[in-house]
Amino acid sequence: MNPQTIREGYNFAYLDEQTKRMIRRALLKAVAIPGYQVPFGGREMPMPYGWGTGGMQVTAAVIGENDCLKVIDQGADDTTNAVSIRAFFRDLTGVRTTEKTEEATLIQTRHRIPEKPLQAGQVLVYQVPIPEPLRFIEPSEVETRKMHALEDYGVMHIKLYEDIAQFGHIATAYAYPVLVNGRYVMDPSPIPKFDNPKMDNSPALQLFGAGREKRIYAIPPYTDVKSLDFEDHPFEVQRWEQCCAICGSDESFLDEVIMDDQGAHEFICSDTDYCRERMANLEVTA
Amino acid sequence: MNREPILQVDNLTKLYAAGKGCEAVSFDLYPGEVLGIVGESGSGKSTLLNCLSVRLAPDEGDIHYLTRADEWVNLYGLSESRQRHLQRTEWGIVHQHPRDGLRMGVSAGANIGERLMATGERHYGNLRQTAQSWMNDVELDIARIDDKPTTYSGGMQQRLQIARNLVTHPRLVFMDEPTGGLDVSVQARLLDLLRQLVTEMNLAVVIVTHDLAVARLLAQRLIVMRHGRVVETGLTDQVLDDPQHAYTQLLVSSVLTS
Amino acid sequence: MYVAVKGGEKAISAAHELLAKVRRGDTREAELSVKQVEQQLPLAVARVMTEGAVYDPELAALAIKQSAGDLVEAIFLLRAYKTTLNRFGICEPINTETMQIERRISATYKDLPGGQVLGPTFDYTHRLLDFSLMAEGDVSEPSVADISPSAEMSAEPVSVEPVSKVLEILERENLMVSESDHQSEPTDITRDPITYPAERSARLQSLVQGDEGFLLALGYSTQRGYGRNHPFAGEIRIGEVEVSIVPEELGFEITIGAVQMTECEMVNGFTRHRDGEVKFTRGYGVGFGQCERKAMAMALVDRSLQAADYDEEVVSPAQQEEFVLSHCDNVEAAGFVSHLKLPHYVDFQSELELLRRIRAAEQSDSAKDMN
Repeated sequence: MNPQTIREGYNFAYLDEQTKRMIRRALLKAVAIPGYQVPFGGREMPMPYGWGTGGMQVTAAVIGENDCLKVIDQGADDTTNAVSIRAFFRDLTGVRTTEKTEEATLIQTRHRIPEKPLQAGQVLVYQVPIPEPLRFIEPSEVETRKMHALEDYGVMHIKLYEDIAQFGHIATAYAYPVLVNGRYVMDPSPIPKFDNPKMDNSPALQLFGAGREKRIYAIPPYTDVKSLDFEDHPFEVQRWEQCCAICGSDESFLDEVIMDDQGAHEFICSDTDYCRERMANLEVTA
Repeated sequence: MNREPILQVDNLTKLYAAGKGCEAVSFDLYPGEVLGIVGESGSGKSTLLNCLSVRLAPDEGDIHYLTRADEWVNLYGLSESRQRHLQRTEWGIVHQHPRDGLRMGVSAGANIGERLMATGERHYGNLRQTAQSWMNDVELDIARIDDKPTTYSGGMQQRLQIARNLVTHPRLVFMDEPTGGLDVSVQARLLDLLRQLVTEMNLAVVIVTHDLAVARLLAQRLIVMRHGRVVETGLTDQVLDDPQHAYTQLLVSSVLTS
Repeated sequence: MYVAVKGGEKAISAAHELLAKVRRGDTREAELSVKQVEQQLPLAVARVMTEGAVYDPELAALAIKQSAGDLVEAIFLLRAYKTTLNRFGICEPINTETMQIERRISATYKDLPGGQVLGPTFDYTHRLLDFSLMAEGDVSEPSVADISPSAEMSAEPVSVEPVSKVLEILERENLMVSESDHQSEPTDITRDPITYPAERSARLQSLVQGDEGFLLALGYSTQRGYGRNHPFAGEIRIGEVEVSIVPEELGFEITIGAVQMTECEMVNGFTRHRDGEVKFTRGYGVGFGQCERKAMAMALVDRSLQAADYDEEVVSPAQQEEFVLSHCDNVEAAGFVSHLKLPHYVDFQSELELLRRIRAAEQSDSAKDMN
């Protein structure tokens, strides 16, 4: 083990080895049944529920001393929660951390998938608040598990139908439900639907951890992931008329920044690493 | 008419206590036939209907159903997923209270479209068109397609429930006092509509009612129940005009004199 | 011969003495001063002031000391004290836009005028017991020290200028339903009991005083699908706001002091409104002192209770106004639950007698059957 730094009195990556093994078993099952929510004995973590305890437990279960970890929140490496979680793992594993997508072997994320395409061998760990895509139609867990078991998914399209009837188009912009491997309807966590196509046939392993709800699910590499839609209202990702005010990108997901009290705003890349690299390249070519 | 039955019920029993529930009920139901189950409240009609529609497992007895694919299946021997599939494709269930049969939180259009979406329809335009055409058929104003059932009157909700059930062209429909909570004038129009749809679509129907007028108007054959047992069966006119069992006589006379 | 228990007077006074003893604890330890409670347990003080509905940190601290740390009891003490106070006037509506910001965050925008100000918060601390606090006299370093704040995040406020509200920015863009002043006198739930359906003002007053745990659970239930309303923490701000009154004899506004407040404005899912426009909806939460969890929970529940305004189906507990408002007050709730400890000898005796009679009758019936 990396002898340099790990907080005294704690096991590598905080969790004890028994717990890690339990989580790994759940992960194996999740990978074997893509999109199926595997219940697991989630533990209390030293962060509040809803702040990424599920993702952290998954990361803690799979991280090894040779890993290189990247943590993002809203696409950015410098948001407070990402900083906090990165510091936690640096403290308790001593592994290398990075902000560069291509350098990372393990990426823990909240609400985004990096703009740069992921590679085979990389693992993306999602923090998931509500793993159940049917939850907002059917609050009861007993009923939703049955609906999954029986592939009783008609209600998912009711939501989309109502959107179109009311607003003229599908009005779900994030946590947009997907069908995984032609079988399970899955909540991709609150990533913008902009990121949905990146999940489809990704060479990377995608793991999802929901701490409070105690569920783990997964998309193995090269798995079909289809966003639900209608033939005459096909799934579409959002586009901006503006470009990033920093790097000028017109194809990344943009965050709105308010400039003054009159509500004047600009747009900047949500993926800070992508934006930084573009700027670096522009400087080189300039 | 095809003389092979669509539903065969054999010695069906579900008892909560002696005389409570239904006991040793057997009958055949033929395609396009409307069978009325009559009796006073507590006679076991609803228990029987719930058992028939695979919503309540019986203590004893079998129900065999001939599927669209011409295959005889034992309903309680099927997996839950096949049971649900039958319920939402080949069958309809019209509840007495429309609230029990509708999704009150989504629009009329979505209510009608749900079964189609559940069975794979993925074209919004088609769903819309089908919903409109069904609203027309059940005499609902198509301008209200995006309104929620909560804004509909009781009679309109019941029409919507019927449309929602019939949209997948079921072969067998279970109805539980479908005109129960409605005004007399609304009832009459709804009965007319039901009779017309049943004939047009050649539906087999099991209808539970305590109202002999409803039974006479819709059903070709009747089963009279009392204390969970069948006391008399026969063609509707026969049973109502010349009742044999003392209880049926009482039932008929109580309506005539009232 | 048996002598019935009489006159609890002695027993009661003995119980009081015992309580005082328990509250004091080991007398070899220094006694906790009210000032210490006020200064070192400010979050407990804030909760007691908010739900006790009296802004007075010293009295709230006293109540906490007196109640041996039972906050619901302390809230009760402060409410009971409030009853004894004269009402000498009604202040002007406070303006949280002019708040002296101590903390201000928005989860909807990465950056915005006035910036993100973390202020004192547990949010990014790792929940590891800090044993250094056990050593007396030590002032430990905040455990967030190793986290470098990002460029747009600052730990301290940068300006004392009024900071404009996130939701107003959305309002100006016509993306948010506006909160309008109806110009009508707000209901005062301390004078007129709530009737249903309640005015929004009555509802908000009731929620401010409502039990944090109860509202938290209800707010949480909406997030889990029981009356979902798609919340975003549009803005949370904590800081001091001035309180002013217009004395009749003067006819103009004078500032009489400042109170520390927490305000949460939630941006909720959009819907088509009766005027035909599609806009975001909103929920509002507020309280005395630093009471962020309470303010957020309140904002979630406030939005849930607007379900009828947006023609949403009312099916979940958090959407049911009467259920929520009539059970959210912990002084009422604690009182009625605890009253079960009062003697109910007479009622119980009646039940007991009835049950015996029923059983006796049944036994004699079955005896007859056997014969």
